[in-house]
Amino acid sequence: MSDGFEGNTTSRRGFLKGVAGGAGAAALGAGAARAEGPDPLIMEVQEWASGLGDGVDETPYGLPIRFESDVVRRNVPWLTADPISSINFTPIHALDGTITPQGCAFERHHSGAIELAKADYRLMINGLVDRPLVFTYADLERFPRENHVYFCECAANTGMEWAGAQLNGAQFTHGMIHNMEYSGIPLRTLLEEAGLDAAGDLAGKWVYVEGADASSNGRSIPMEKALDDVLVAFKANGEALRKEHGYPVRLVVPGWEGNMWIKWLRRIEVMDQPVESREETSKYTDTLADGTSRKWTWVMDAKSVVTSPSPQSPITHGKGPLVITGLAWSGRGRITRVDVSKDGGKTWETARLGRTQGDTKALTRFYLDTEWNGEEWLLQSRAMDETGYVQPTKHMLRDVRGENSIYHNNCIQTWWIKDTGEAENVEVS
Amino acid sequence: MSKFLNIFAPSLGGAALVAGLAYGVSTRDYRAAEADLAMAQSDRALAQVEAATARIAELEAAATAATDAQGAAEAELASLRDQMAARDSAPRAMSVSTQGASAPGPFGLGRDALPEEVAAWNIDVLPDGTGLPVGSGDVWTGDEVFAEHCASCHGDFAEGRGNWPKLAGGQGTLDHKDPLKTVGSYWPYLSTTFDYVRRSMPFGNAQSLSDDDVYAIVAYILYSNDLVDDDFVLSNETFLDVEMPNAEGFIIDDRDTAEAHFWTEPCMENCKDAVEITMRAAVLDVTPEEEGAEEATMDSGTEAATEAPAEEASASEPAPAGDAAPAIDMALASEGEDVFKKCKSCHQVGDGAKNRTGPVLNGVVGAVIGHVDGFKYSNDMAALGEEGKVWTEEELSKFLEKPKGYLSKTKMSFAGLRKEDDRKAVIEYLKTFN
Repeated sequence: MSDGFEGNTTSRRGFLKGVAGGAGAAALGAGAARAEGPDPLIMEVQEWASGLGDGVDETPYGLPIRFESDVVRRNVPWLTADPISSINFTPIHALDGTITPQGCAFERHHSGAIELAKADYRLMINGLVDRPLVFTYADLERFPRENHVYFCECAANTGMEWAGAQLNGAQFTHGMIHNMEYSGIPLRTLLEEAGLDAAGDLAGKWVYVEGADASSNGRSIPMEKALDDVLVAFKANGEALRKEHGYPVRLVVPGWEGNMWIKWLRRIEVMDQPVESREETSKYTDTLADGTSRKWTWVMDAKSVVTSPSPQSPITHGKGPLVITGLAWSGRGRITRVDVSKDGGKTWETARLGRTQGDTKALTRFYLDTEWNGEEWLLQSRAMDETGYVQPTKHMLRDVRGENSIYHNNCIQTWWIKDTGEAENVEVS
Repeated sequence: MSKFLNIFAPSLGGAALVAGLAYGVSTRDYRAAEADLAMAQSDRALAQVEAATARIAELEAAATAATDAQGAAEAELASLRDQMAARDSAPRAMSVSTQGASAPGPFGLGRDALPEEVAAWNIDVLPDGTGLPVGSGDVWTGDEVFAEHCASCHGDFAEGRGNWPKLAGGQGTLDHKDPLKTVGSYWPYLSTTFDYVRRSMPFGNAQSLSDDDVYAIVAYILYSNDLVDDDFVLSNETFLDVEMPNAEGFIIDDRDTAEAHFWTEPCMENCKDAVEITMRAAVLDVTPEEEGAEEATMDSGTEAATEAPAEEASASEPAPAGDAAPAIDMALASEGEDVFKKCKSCHQVGDGAKNRTGPVLNGVVGAVIGHVDGFKYSNDMAALGEEGKVWTEEELSKFLEKPKGYLSKTKMSFAGLRKEDDRKAVIEYLKTFN
């Protein structure tokens, strides 16, 4: 029975171990398994059913139980020169639902995650405003605030896959994403507090936003977006932002690339032109096959991925009922439909959404409740959003963009499900 | 003021209350302006007095307007709701009542940003040269400054080291496979280079360079890209003379048109004739191993609990007594290796280590301060060494806690390791190189 217990772990190593020692598990096949004898976990009084557990103050702020210690962010060391200016990946293969816990939500820093106390926090609004202002953290808490769930996806998510299948796991191919409920002030409210009469006609005006860390990462946002749904947020999933996500205050730019979600937000400048900062010229631009490059590619296209089964989350329970699940999202609005193919895109069936419809610019969970009988699959998912956009294949993207892009790879992902239940990242014709 | 209408109206449910609240806000603003006037009369310029007087006039008008609104509200609740709806669709129009050169915003929160504060933080440099400080730097000065502050990561010739960014070369490669994108081959505006170097570099010591040094570094990067001659002097006056090769290489996002065919009715059946695997990630094998996963798999309830203390005991086992070399706590040193990541952008340690922004740290624990040949210490640091002062573990810990507190003129710009555990760990790690 201990084989069955271990079979619940969701890791490649766990899988391999299971295969080596427990071929019998797969042979059980469909239908209710018959007990070989009374289960000692039931028959014997277990220690936890007899002794005492931890007292209430054991962990004043709790972390997941140690059996979940594999559900952690991971880094791909060869991607960057230094972990201080780098990125890691959300373990999406091991999560369910839609909300990403802050503690395992991917991080991207340019000069490291800084410690900035609320008492030391200042937010400046300057430029073409009637009243250049400085706010303290306490000031911000006095503005009316709202709650919204949004996904934050790094433009480079899936970027390593442009030239071909490379990283073997949904965490690594699609884990530069998280989805949280933010509490914050509409940026519009703060801009109106400073007054926009000085900016004159708002068409063609820009808002430059900048962080307080040493990289002072700055991006230019068109005024139309700034006045639409951008939030100045200080809570995520009900609690303070984590240090690595910009404590005490970050910008939330719904549906747009994560680089614009300035952390440790310290300054908002109303301008009549974009700054053309490093992050909006040398980076976060998309070079096409002919050598010209797209700029201002802010919105994240509709995208989806099967998170389980996947290379880090193989099928370990043998034949019979199987839940295929994954995530879908679109920077243009709501996800309206997700289709799943088991044969590499020849035929598709429509998956069930976790909720009737997805939230706008937020992760949507999908399920396909199905059977697996040991056959090989080329498993794919395909998202559609409310604008009618359909997630393209990698071939369709390459036909337009070539192979030299880094960012905005929203292609359909293929997992090769083998007869052992193991999965591998592959590219198909 | 209008904001309060919007926010409170639904919960209060009475237009009279709403308008009364609005009136209260205006009155508060009026008092604040009066206070400003008193201050301005005592110690500010006449112009400010006039501005404050003007504000009072405006606020009086606003207060009158609010009183009128109260009357209107008592008479007609629906009409006020209409006004609120109209305000929502045209928010600019309603803020007129409180506008003015320095009148508070709708909430009266925050304080005026002082001009010198704006100047301290607003260091943007724009493509048209707006924001450039007065200053200059030539290629040869840039060569020296670059060697000191930039070359450890970007290479002596801006060619890049390891995974750090290459700043030179790559012209003509943008339409090749794996294009080399550098300042010379890719960056469309020179202002971006100046702005970025000034605000974000050197890595780990941002905003420490003088404007002239930034001009010199940018001049050297241009020279490394064959964009200027070796006698070139970059200044706020010559800045716009430099032509960037890829200035015309960008188009604005055209996905809506170039990818219009992605908006389609998706195929559900017989979408392809055949499907073959054309590439496999496992063949490439570049995916990191999952160390955390192993632990979780190994966890089998009660076993792990008994194993852990045993490991701890072996790790902290004391070295045999009488040994000449002090025992090194390898577990602690291993933690220190992690902490040392914060030091690595400037310091090298181990075989083949060289002086970079900071000196080589081999043998630093127990060494006389300033012992590394060929590294130019600050005068004050060198003086400590001449006095014969030694980097004992205690001294190193004090220095690392707050470098500039220990020695105000140290060249080490690092903020410090506040946690004692981190300092102990990193010193233990450094001891492994003695």
